[in-house]
Amino acid sequence: MKKCDIAIIGGGPAGMAAAVSAYDNGVKNILIIERDEGLGGILRQCIHNGFGLHRFGEELTGPEYADRYKKMVLEREIPYIVKTMVLGIEQGENGRHTVTAMNSESGVFTIDAGAVVLAMGCRERSRGQLNIPGERPAGVYTAGTAQRFINIKGEMPGKNVVILGSGDIGLIMARRMTLEGANVKVVCELMPYSGGLNRNIVQCLNDFDIPLRLSHTVSKIHGKERVEGVTVSEVDEHLRVIPEKSEYIECDTLLLSCGLLPENELTKGAGIELDRVTGGATVNQNRRTEQTGVYSCGNVLHVHDLVDYVSEEAELAGKSAAEFVKAGCKEPEYVRRLAVIATGGVRYTVPQRVDVTENPDDIKIYFRVGAVMENVRVRVSCGEKELLLQKKRKVAPGEMEFVRIKGEQLTECDGDITVEIVK
Amino acid sequence: MNYDVAVIGAGVTGGLTAAALARYRLGVCIVEAGADVALGATKANSAIVHGGYDPVPETLKAKLNVKGAAMMADLCRRLDVHYKNNGSMVVAFDEEQLEHVKMLYERGKTNGVPEISVITGDEARRLEPALSKNVVGALLCKSSGIVCPYDLTIAAVGNAMDNGTDLVCNFRVTSISDDGEFYTLRSEGGDEIKAKYIVNAAGLGSDEVARLYGDDYHLVAKKGEYMLLDKSEGGLVSRTIFQTPTKAGKGILVTPTVDGNLLVGPTSEKTERDDKTTTLEGLDTIKAKASLSVDGINYRAVITSFAGLRSSFEESEDFVLEISKHSPRAVNAIGIDSPGLSSSPAIAEYIVNLLKDAGLGLEENPEYVGTRISCKHFRTLSDAEKNEMIKNDPSYGRVICRCETVTEGEILSAIRQNPKATTTDGIKRRTRAGMGRCQAGFCTPFVTELIAKELGIAENQVTKTGGGSRLLLGKRK
Repeated sequence: MKKCDIAIIGGGPAGMAAAVSAYDNGVKNILIIERDEGLGGILRQCIHNGFGLHRFGEELTGPEYADRYKKMVLEREIPYIVKTMVLGIEQGENGRHTVTAMNSESGVFTIDAGAVVLAMGCRERSRGQLNIPGERPAGVYTAGTAQRFINIKGEMPGKNVVILGSGDIGLIMARRMTLEGANVKVVCELMPYSGGLNRNIVQCLNDFDIPLRLSHTVSKIHGKERVEGVTVSEVDEHLRVIPEKSEYIECDTLLLSCGLLPENELTKGAGIELDRVTGGATVNQNRRTEQTGVYSCGNVLHVHDLVDYVSEEAELAGKSAAEFVKAGCKEPEYVRRLAVIATGGVRYTVPQRVDVTENPDDIKIYFRVGAVMENVRVRVSCGEKELLLQKKRKVAPGEMEFVRIKGEQLTECDGDITVEIVK
Repeated sequence: MNYDVAVIGAGVTGGLTAAALARYRLGVCIVEAGADVALGATKANSAIVHGGYDPVPETLKAKLNVKGAAMMADLCRRLDVHYKNNGSMVVAFDEEQLEHVKMLYERGKTNGVPEISVITGDEARRLEPALSKNVVGALLCKSSGIVCPYDLTIAAVGNAMDNGTDLVCNFRVTSISDDGEFYTLRSEGGDEIKAKYIVNAAGLGSDEVARLYGDDYHLVAKKGEYMLLDKSEGGLVSRTIFQTPTKAGKGILVTPTVDGNLLVGPTSEKTERDDKTTTLEGLDTIKAKASLSVDGINYRAVITSFAGLRSSFEESEDFVLEISKHSPRAVNAIGIDSPGLSSSPAIAEYIVNLLKDAGLGLEENPEYVGTRISCKHFRTLSDAEKNEMIKNDPSYGRVICRCETVTEGEILSAIRQNPKATTTDGIKRRTRAGMGRCQAGFCTPFVTELIAKELGIAENQVTKTGGGSRLLLGKRK
């Protein structure tokens, strides 16, 4: 059995940042386990720019951003294994964990780890999950699959394209496919607002005259062998298709960019409960899950809009894991547990709870709202006590928000913390 | 080439017939219109091995269902196909339905179905806690099971091929002539195959094939839509839960699959022969009706929906299994709808006997091998056995499909083993790569690459399921 202090599941941006942070916080015996052929995760296929503005103060491409972190991993000589699939995580002796994995070199093997950092990323919602009726021809792809075909393999998945969903990957792929000579006819969005970043709508659609139809969906896929067309329909306020407001659009490809789902099968297998809204584990301010010694960060915890935030969160998780290991696989002494409740227009928060120590550090609470709202205020409170009231010109489901709460304020809290949007 | 027997159609009926014929010293060819085996009614149905209490006593359906169900476990063991004897219930929501359930019990007894009983609603809920509180009673059948129909067909055709049977895909029979000794089958493309005997197991196309030698049958396509849920939901029920058939139809079933998913469906609607579309209305109907019998079906966990076509007679209820009235060396297997899968091992035996009656000589083949090992075998091994295999072939250590944990070794085996997979759907059905919760989002590029490499073609020539179903439309700029 291999042995390490911290096993990091996933060598994408979250896993690499967690590893670097754990190392810099004094734990050297780390193992990153990656299923793909190299470190970098999904960034390897994101050749567009826009990464790193917050983190590095400059615009990088996905591979460039990944390389920055890969370099940090290599400089520190943090061990990593690739082409290795983790099959399961179990609680072991003395607060430790047993990770079972498989690869071509070692077959099925186990790793005895002090702490585990979950950094497996997310997957895209598929056609089947969206329940789009119609036939089942070739030519229906999630945007990320199309991205891999084009950017990694140099192959075009289609020429005449309709995109369903205005998530960021869909917007990026609208531009990418146009640049490669494809005709992107329309981007349909079920909701009355886009799920992507505003800058992507401007740079990827408007600049290329690609129409965005809000409150529209694909109600049927046509084509026996290859996609021949789709029926695009307007939806009512309950998101139901209005059959009279439908139009047949000829195309050979339907790309789906309808949301990302944290990939938490390992987490569930380890017996860790998931948050119904985020699809990730529930964590405290240190990104510790409900299970001692298991941390979660990046898109496996909740879907982020920017990789910069992923890195930041992963550094926090890596640091927490390192402190856990340094304390002899023990959690800090907590004096109180406060639940963080999302309400009044706020869909979820991360963390979902705060474990308060004698001298708590300042914390950041990230959250997403359920609808576009303008000129509102974010209110954070504990019982009668208002901890924060902050103006926001505009909040939207596509943009993650955060608020800071000071450590001394937490000391005074003795009930649930509520995060809400007020007028 | 000249064959003793040409089996038209590589569905479960044709596949199992070919496997049954493989015991004898015969030249056999399976002729299939599609690009792969098991693409018709076999591909998309409820995947149930029924007990046999449904069919009217004394019909072929009654006899062959009960017999076929009894043969299934052994056959699956031989062919390394996953079969599970999970049992089933027909639930009743009121007294009238309970009367029908009791009638089914009597019918089952008459048909010789083992291990059936009528139980109360509370007894039913004790066995299946997710059952609705509105269930007042149920027929419990312990002898029924579940099996994957294309798994079974692939294994049967593979076993036949391992014993020397030929499989010709992309051969749609458009004419059949008979010179008294040999039939000549011609395809759309003008290819020819000659055989002394033919078995018409062409599923929904079997009436059209029969017309080529003078038999007059008329089938209708009945579409059934289904929803498949994530493995996280597979444990909601352990038995197959049927609703009591009413005048409005057979109702919607809720069942685990052998692979651990939850399957709900089907609708039943007369349609065109090439209409495998799913519809908003169909999927809504399934949701509404399935929730009558089982509580807590999590439709957020649906990973895919699909539709299958059954080939049914409009008037007659029973299977047609007979020597053609107009062509003495042709055997018809027409109208094989439910319980066709359950009956299939017995249907195959029945067809072999009909061929014998028609004059086919059956001499045992001393070199016959009755077993086959599936490319999915790897997943059933212990860790130590897996490691032994990975040591010999490292490709078994590389996971390609993360959702279903399918390795490169299994995919390569599916491409190399009879009947060889040549499409991504072919890989999916043989190995489950792409069958999981991400629905092939991650593994499609890898599977495409493996197929292209093994077949020696460009990646953009790889298809989803043959014909014009190309996955990629050319190189990037």
